[in-house]
Amino acid sequence: MTGANPLPNRSLLKLVAAAAPVLLVLILVPGVVGIYQLQLVIYGLIAAIAALGFNLLLGYTGLLSFGHSAYFGVGAYSVAFVVEHVGPHSMEFYLLVGIPIVAVTSALFGYICVRHTQIFFGILTLAISQVVYSLALKLYWVTGGSDGLRVPRPALLLGLLSFSGPEGFQQFVRSYYYYVLGIFVICVILMWVIVHSPFGKALQGIRDNEVRARFLGLRIRRFRWISFLVSGTFTGVAGILWVPLNGLTTPDVLYWTFSGEIVFTTLLGGFRNFTGPIVGGIVFTYLRTYAVASTEYWQLLLGVVLVALVLVLPTGIVGALSRAGQRLSKRNAST
Amino acid sequence: MILLKTVSLWKQFGETRACNGLDFVVNKGEFLSLVGSNGAGKTTLVNLISAHLQPDSGQILLEDRDITFTTVTERIKAGIARSFQIVNLFDGLSVFDNVALSVFSREGKTVKMARLADRDTDVRREALEVLGQFGLASKTAVAAGGLAQGERKLLDVAVAYALRPRLLFLDEPTSGVSTHEKAQIMDTVSSVVRGGMVTAVVIEHDMDVVFRYSDRIVMMHEGSFLADGTPDEIRANKEVASILLGAPLTD
Repeated sequence: MTGANPLPNRSLLKLVAAAAPVLLVLILVPGVVGIYQLQLVIYGLIAAIAALGFNLLLGYTGLLSFGHSAYFGVGAYSVAFVVEHVGPHSMEFYLLVGIPIVAVTSALFGYICVRHTQIFFGILTLAISQVVYSLALKLYWVTGGSDGLRVPRPALLLGLLSFSGPEGFQQFVRSYYYYVLGIFVICVILMWVIVHSPFGKALQGIRDNEVRARFLGLRIRRFRWISFLVSGTFTGVAGILWVPLNGLTTPDVLYWTFSGEIVFTTLLGGFRNFTGPIVGGIVFTYLRTYAVASTEYWQLLLGVVLVALVLVLPTGIVGALSRAGQRLSKRNAST
Repeated sequence: MILLKTVSLWKQFGETRACNGLDFVVNKGEFLSLVGSNGAGKTTLVNLISAHLQPDSGQILLEDRDITFTTVTERIKAGIARSFQIVNLFDGLSVFDNVALSVFSREGKTVKMARLADRDTDVRREALEVLGQFGLASKTAVAAGGLAQGERKLLDVAVAYALRPRLLFLDEPTSGVSTHEKAQIMDTVSSVVRGGMVTAVVIEHDMDVVFRYSDRIVMMHEGSFLADGTPDEIRANKEVASILLGAPLTD
């Protein structure tokens, strides 16, 4: 592709044209699949939101966080606290309370972590997330320890939809699917705008060449900090959405292996593409579910997939697909 | 009119005196070349003035304002920009975005998160204009990492130029390209810089290039100034000639 920059309106149009069929399929999904499958898709969308947030740091800012479980977990636990001590069982209320808590936590931890880069950054994020994990485990009178905290089914849309009775769970899953899908779409649009904004371009500049970015007058650390804040908040929103469906939050979602899953998810989809983490989130959810269902050595299976991924598909599923697509269109053009 | 002045600027690396109490003057509007063999201290001097390094002692004055202890960001705001000897670009971004990022940064627009960068028509127009001036208009959509060396050198200068500096330092804008390309690059750079009324300080090894494009030439040797004058004066200087012939001229 040489010549002039594609006009902004056209690139936006192309995006909408690509996203519309996917969205249509997602809207039609509940009519086709059963409750169990629908739950999996919801978990997939939630994982996609978490990875999307994570990838703002990895793919666009060039910082590998190994502690994003902290923000997912803080999202989940803040909802659980709210349910236990105050407030109505309303999803909007959960989000209203959860998002600021997650944002403040990300801002605080991010402020510490962005003092360093590369491996030191990774270790700091890991260490902080492990501190949060230990607190959740040890302060059992607040957090329920290893049993965690239960979160009952919330009402949706300001109490317009509430779910009780024998069919309550099924009804909840069907409605909640659209609820999560809606928030997923909002998150995707928000993130797309952020990475294509002047701020997003600055992040990518910092990722590519810190020295040069400094000599454009950019204040590197501040950009990394804000990127961290946004990233953690997105992942936290995923945690907030996850907990009502799971019905329970335990320290597992704060443990470092869960951070590893977020990294895995993003690598699987491809961290160099905007859509990579989204595809990764859904594929990973299915991959893990079927691995767990089919063998007790499921972790081994995932490990093999990870090794194969790094060796064969370093750019992830989306990276490999887009390369194959380019090759195909080149071949078509030449014949 | 003096734009920038250093007062006995010192910088030492171990035993090596890279800047040996330098009193360096840049006049408004001139195209100045810094020459000298490798290790003469040219890049160190530029690093000190652009805040890439801190001096051991001495002062840097921009129009009589002491900027010795200001940060990189502050110096860029004050109008000092630079390019790099080893090309320093945002390789993952398009050619267009490399220059656009400069413009966004200069205008303080990089804080904007809720607006698409491509929708900013003012920045877009300006970035395309700068790219056109540097002959890169046909490459805007290419990733900077995919450019040929000569184009990369030009883009490196364009990124610095897009900051609209008053004083632009170019560290070997023609290193690593063929002799043929050298002239092309310098033709482009000097015409854009002169056209934009930007004061430029160029570090350059190729004396043909230096004599052809400079208003003034300052020669360094082992951390000190050896000669200072117009191209004709430098050509006539016996001491300079002996150093130039005695020392390797290229990297």
